[in-house]
Amino acid sequence: MHQIRGNKLETLKVDSLRKYFFTKKGLMTRSLLLKAVDGVAFSIGEDKIFALVGESGCGKSTVARLVVGLIQPTSGKVLFQGKNIFEMNGDDLKRFRKSVQIIFQDPFASLNPRKSIMDTVSEPLKIHKIVGKKSLKDKVIELLSKVGLGSDLLHRYPHELSGGQRQRVCIARVIAVSPQLIVADEPLSALDISIQAQILNLLNELKKEYRLSFLFISHDLKVVHYFSDTIGVMYLGKIVEYAKTEDLFNKPFHPYTEVLLSSAPVIPTSGLWSYTSRITHHALHIIQGEVPSPIDIPPGCPFHTRCPKRFDPCNKIVPQLKEIKGRLVSCHLF
Amino acid sequence: MRLLFIIGKRFSQNRLSLIGAFIVFLLITISLSAPFITPYNPTTIDVHNVLSPPGREHLLGTDELGRDLLSRIIWGSRVSLKVGFIAVGIAITAGIIIGAIAGFYGGLIDNILMRFVDIMLAFPTFFLILAVISVLEQSIFTIMVVIGLTNWMDVARLVRAEFLSLKEKDFVAAARAIGASDKSLIFSHILPNALSPVFVAATFGVAGAILIESGLSFLGLGVQPPEPSWGNILTSGKDNIEVAWWLSLFPGLAILITVLSYNLVGEGLRDALDPRLWEAERH
Repeated sequence: MHQIRGNKLETLKVDSLRKYFFTKKGLMTRSLLLKAVDGVAFSIGEDKIFALVGESGCGKSTVARLVVGLIQPTSGKVLFQGKNIFEMNGDDLKRFRKSVQIIFQDPFASLNPRKSIMDTVSEPLKIHKIVGKKSLKDKVIELLSKVGLGSDLLHRYPHELSGGQRQRVCIARVIAVSPQLIVADEPLSALDISIQAQILNLLNELKKEYRLSFLFISHDLKVVHYFSDTIGVMYLGKIVEYAKTEDLFNKPFHPYTEVLLSSAPVIPTSGLWSYTSRITHHALHIIQGEVPSPIDIPPGCPFHTRCPKRFDPCNKIVPQLKEIKGRLVSCHLF
Repeated sequence: MRLLFIIGKRFSQNRLSLIGAFIVFLLITISLSAPFITPYNPTTIDVHNVLSPPGREHLLGTDELGRDLLSRIIWGSRVSLKVGFIAVGIAITAGIIIGAIAGFYGGLIDNILMRFVDIMLAFPTFFLILAVISVLEQSIFTIMVVIGLTNWMDVARLVRAEFLSLKEKDFVAAARAIGASDKSLIFSHILPNALSPVFVAATFGVAGAILIESGLSFLGLGVQPPEPSWGNILTSGKDNIEVAWWLSLFPGLAILITVLSYNLVGEGLRDALDPRLWEAERH
């Protein structure tokens, strides 16, 4: 990973992270092993955005939950400023909780339905004693205005707000503690297209203002292209390609990345979606079949069952992540 | 306050529940003002008016000792009310604590607590109460505690089930990620969202506790005469059923109406507290 670290000051470093789940079908049947995350490694520099992309079910969200310490890994480390978060306690843990925040996909589920906006946004301020009781309300109003919401929402409840407003409330709560890293688990995919752009711009502004790092999880490549510095492409619990955003969009190496890029809907426009025009030069690969179940991962390269370029060793030997021209790819083609 | 308003609005849309709530309110008012509104002292014996039928002197008649039935039923409602609320209070407090701990922490703690619930549920509650009461001193206090301690299991199961699903919700994960303590997660984030079924169960529980108390008093193990309770009035009704139908009918009706009203309120609450229905309200 050293080659593309980019920045010496790593905010977050993830090392051979694994999370296996045991699924129990019944009393008598053997429990099955689900490898949700299988040896994922990446690092995020200060003020950088790392995007994790992949189809649903590839383990992206599990990585998000591991990185913020909501679940324990089967093995591996998550180092925040050099310290393993799973061994933290006391003051370290409290500092970590303040420095790393998470935004969820569904703004309807991530706000407590019984708490007013005031209560929700002021909670982190109280927990981390950021402002005194007297200035609490002013601070909440300030945070709301930062995310483009008026103080008239203070005493409203989540069910009275629109999806975009709720996601803004989530963001206001997250920036209340002035974090260093925000894990955004598909923060746009539950929102309308028009709102998506607004929220993305908001995140971008906040990134500049607070010098935030992001772990940005998405299945939407056009968003990632516009927003991220480096990208990891995940397939069935593993990162199959890891590269700088520009490199990846200029020439995807891994067949899966290629397929992902070309299967995005082509919208004839410039700017945000400019990569689509490049894609049309390639032969359009339509992805075949469904993602195999993570309980029953195919032998050899996990992608070989759907790969348009598979050849002899693909169904036997598991490809390892190799460095090719300053990026990492796990494919027998290279 | 807004939430209370919405709940109130939804509740009042159900006419039967509204009637139930009105009757419950009326019953509470009557029993609280018993000393001022009862025409006679409920324990004063009047040998000249033994078993007199309902009439102008005694609106609901008198019992075998000439005591005014209306006054006894009104005073009896105090017992029912007291037993209902305090027993249910004990039951839901125990149920919430045990259910919350089991659901939140899961694993071994959950297993131990839930097996204890299974054991408690395996006892035929009424006979357990009978056994306990025959050993302990027979007072209203004992009855309330025993009813409370034998009826918390349903609440514990409800609360545990709510906790199991709520603790996986994103808003709980979000609160955990901002550094909220276990205490705050349990009491401030999860519990308020887990309470609606508890309120509903509590309302039904009051009805259940009133029935149990009446049953115990009917068997002579509850409230002891001369102190009136609906159950022990029914006992004297049973002894005199061939000559004094009013002694069985009126306390029976009192129990029926009270239990029915609480159940209607419970049903209305169940609908009114369902947040999914508030969502529907907006659209």
